[in-house]
Amino acid sequence: MASSARWNHVWVGSETGILKGVNLRRRQATNYVAASALRRDEGVCAMCWGDPSESEILVGCLDRSVKLFSTEKGKFTESRQCLGGEGSFCGLAVHDSSIITCVESGLLKVWRDASSENMETQVGAGMCRMRQNPAQPQCVGTGGKENALKVWDLHRPEEPIFRAKNVRNDWLNLRVPVWERDLQFLPGSEKIVTCTGHHQVRLYDPSSPQRRPVLQATYGEYPLTALSLTPGADSVVVGSSHGDMAVIDLRQAGRLVKCLKGFAGSVRSVHCHPTLPLVASCGLDRFLRVHNIEDKRLVHKVYLKSRLNCLLLTSREKWDDEEPEPAAPQADVKEEKDELWDGMETVATRTVLKRTADPNVRETQLGKHPKKQKRTSAGP
Amino acid sequence: MASGAAGSAEGPGPGDAARAPEQALFPPGFSVSEIKNKQRRHFMFLRWKQQQRKASSVTGICRAAFNLLFPANQSDVCLIQEKLANKKKRRKEREALGDKAPPKPVPKTIENQRVYDETTVDPNDEEVAFDESTDEFAPYFNRQTVPKILITTSDRPRGRTVRFCEQLSTIIPNSHVYYRRGLALKRIIPQCISRDFTDLIVINEDRKIPNGLVLSHLPDGPTAHFRMSSVRLRKEIKRKGKEPTEHQPEVILNNFTTRLGHSIGRMFASLFPHDPQFIGRQVATFHNQRDYIFFRFHRYIFKSEKKVGIQELGPRFTLKLRSLQKGTFDSKFGEYEWIHKHREMDTSRRKFHL
Repeated sequence: MASSARWNHVWVGSETGILKGVNLRRRQATNYVAASALRRDEGVCAMCWGDPSESEILVGCLDRSVKLFSTEKGKFTESRQCLGGEGSFCGLAVHDSSIITCVESGLLKVWRDASSENMETQVGAGMCRMRQNPAQPQCVGTGGKENALKVWDLHRPEEPIFRAKNVRNDWLNLRVPVWERDLQFLPGSEKIVTCTGHHQVRLYDPSSPQRRPVLQATYGEYPLTALSLTPGADSVVVGSSHGDMAVIDLRQAGRLVKCLKGFAGSVRSVHCHPTLPLVASCGLDRFLRVHNIEDKRLVHKVYLKSRLNCLLLTSREKWDDEEPEPAAPQADVKEEKDELWDGMETVATRTVLKRTADPNVRETQLGKHPKKQKRTSAGP
Repeated sequence: MASGAAGSAEGPGPGDAARAPEQALFPPGFSVSEIKNKQRRHFMFLRWKQQQRKASSVTGICRAAFNLLFPANQSDVCLIQEKLANKKKRRKEREALGDKAPPKPVPKTIENQRVYDETTVDPNDEEVAFDESTDEFAPYFNRQTVPKILITTSDRPRGRTVRFCEQLSTIIPNSHVYYRRGLALKRIIPQCISRDFTDLIVINEDRKIPNGLVLSHLPDGPTAHFRMSSVRLRKEIKRKGKEPTEHQPEVILNNFTTRLGHSIGRMFASLFPHDPQFIGRQVATFHNQRDYIFFRFHRYIFKSEKKVGIQELGPRFTLKLRSLQKGTFDSKFGEYEWIHKHREMDTSRRKFHL
C-alpha cells in the first residue's frame, strides 16, 4: 500500500539501488525502485532527510544522480544529475531548498534549483564523509583518508573555519596516519566527534584554542566505519568493519560502556533514535538490526536481501500508537460499498485507487522466524 | 564385574537405589542433566528413558510382572539386552498389525532438526537473482572471462604442501603454481591482475601440513578464508585410479542453500572452466554438510542406465569457512561480509550458516 510508506520506521538503501522501507511494528519490508529495471550502478551511497518533518528523502546513487523520494506518496518524485568530480557521494545535505553534495574526489557543491550560481569548493581528495551541522545548517564538516577534519561555512567557502591538526607523533616518533571515516556534530556546542579507520574515536572542539583532538579513544583493532550519537549526547555508538558495535562514553575519557553483539559482517551505517534508546544498524551481511541501547538486547532483526549501504531512522516517538491496521479491512468495506456508490453519482474515483497495483512497489511479508521443524516422534 | 560396573555407574543418586524399587530411583528434584560425568550421565539417561517408556506403554499388572522379571539392579549389559528385547517386541507388533501398523518413525538427525535459516535462497526471488547476476562473478557466468588460477603457499613450504599444490594444479585446469619467496600478498595481487589471472589460491601451512586456504577472486572480488583439514594426497587414498587427465572436469556443488552458501558456491564454480569435457568423465565435488565443505575428485563410468562406478583420483580435503571479505585480500583494512564468530554463532548445535 503506497500510503503506508509514511509509517515505515527505517529507510535503508542497498547496493542494488533499491530503497527499502521497513515497518518494524508490522514487521514488513517494502522495496521502492526508481525505474522498473534495477541497475547496479544505481546503488545507493548516501541518504538524508529532505526536510525536518521527514516527509522526503534524498537518495544519492552511484551514477551521481540524486533522487527525491516522497514518503507521503511512496514513490520517487524527482531526480537530478549532480555531476562533477569523481567517485561516489560521500555526503548529502539540504539547506534552504538547495542540495549540498560532496564526492570522494573532494568536490563540495551546493546545487540550487535554478542551476546557476552553484557554489563549489575543493575540500581535498580522498573524502569519506561530509555532514551538516543540524544546529547551524550552513556549516558542514568533512573528513577523509589522509584528509583531516575541516569545518566549512558555506557563506565563505574559500577557507574552512576550523581545520584540525593531527595528534603528536607516537612513541616511535612516527607520524600517526589520519583516516576520518565518519563524523557527527554534537548538539548544543560546536564539538565534533569522529571515528577513524585506525580504530580511534576523536573529539574536536573548535571553540578551544587547541586544534588537536581534545579526546582520543581507541576501540578494537579494525577500522571503525560508522558513528552515531546516543540520546543525551554523552556517548557514541561506533560500528567497525569486523562486525563489532560498541557504545563509548565521551564524558568519561573514552571509556567503553558496552558492546552490542550479533553482527556477522561489516557495519556500514548506524543511526540512533533521538529520544528512545534504540539504535538501528545495517551492514554487508544483509541484515538490518535494531538494538536497545540500555539492555543490549536485539529488538528487531530483518533480512533484506541485498547488501545495505545506508539507513535513516525516523525520529517519530510513540511507535506503538500508530495506525496499526493495514488498509485490508478498509478494502473489504469499500467492496461492499461499491454497489451503493455505483448506484449513486460518484465523484471520487476511490475504486480505481484500490484496484491498480503500483508496479514499483513490491511488498514482502516478513513475519517472525518460522517455527523449528516439527520433531517426528521416535519410538513406539 | 557386572556389579562393579553397576556400583561405579550409579552416580550421585542414592547408593542403595539399585536395590530399591525403580520408582524411587528418580526422586522428583533429580535431573539427569546435572551430572557432570558423561559416562554416568549417559547411563542414567538410558535408565530414565526406559522408565518413561515403561510408564507409557506397560499397564498395571504387566508392570508388576516386568519388575519381577527385570529386577532393578542392572548394569549396562542388561540394559542393552532389554533394548534388544524391546526391539524384537516392537517388530512382532508391527508384523502382527500388518497394514494397519503406523509408519516407521524417521530417526532424528541434526540435518533434520536444522533451524530454518531466513537467508535461504528462494529460486524465484527476483532481488536475489538480480544481485547474483550483477555481482563480482557475473563476468565468469556470462562467459566473458576464462578462469586462470595462481596457486601459491605461505612462505617456505615443506614437502607435503608442495606436493599438495602440484596435485591441485593437475586437477584445476589452467592453473599455475608459483613459489612464494616471502612476497606480500598485497604486492602479488596487482601483478596478477595485470597478467589476467582471475583467482588466487594461497595454501597456508603450519608444522609441515597444509591447514588453511585463502581463495581470492581477482579483479576486485571477494576473498574467502578457510580452515583446511583432513588433507589426503593421492598416494594416501586407497583404491584410487590413475592420474587425472587434462580434460576439464564437471563440478558438483551440493547443499549450498543460504545466501552465504550461494556466494561461496559461485566462488568455487568460478575456479573451473565453464564447459566440462564429458569425454574425460571426471567430476569435482564440493559437498557442504553442517558447514563443512568436503572436496572430492572422481572419475565415473556408467555401467548401465542406473549403475555407476566411481574411482577416486586426486587429493581430498575438508574446508570450513572462517571469513568472507568484500574486496581482495586486505586483512587489516578490509570490510568483511561474513565472519565466523565462535562464541556467538556456535551456540546452537542445529544452526548452520552455509
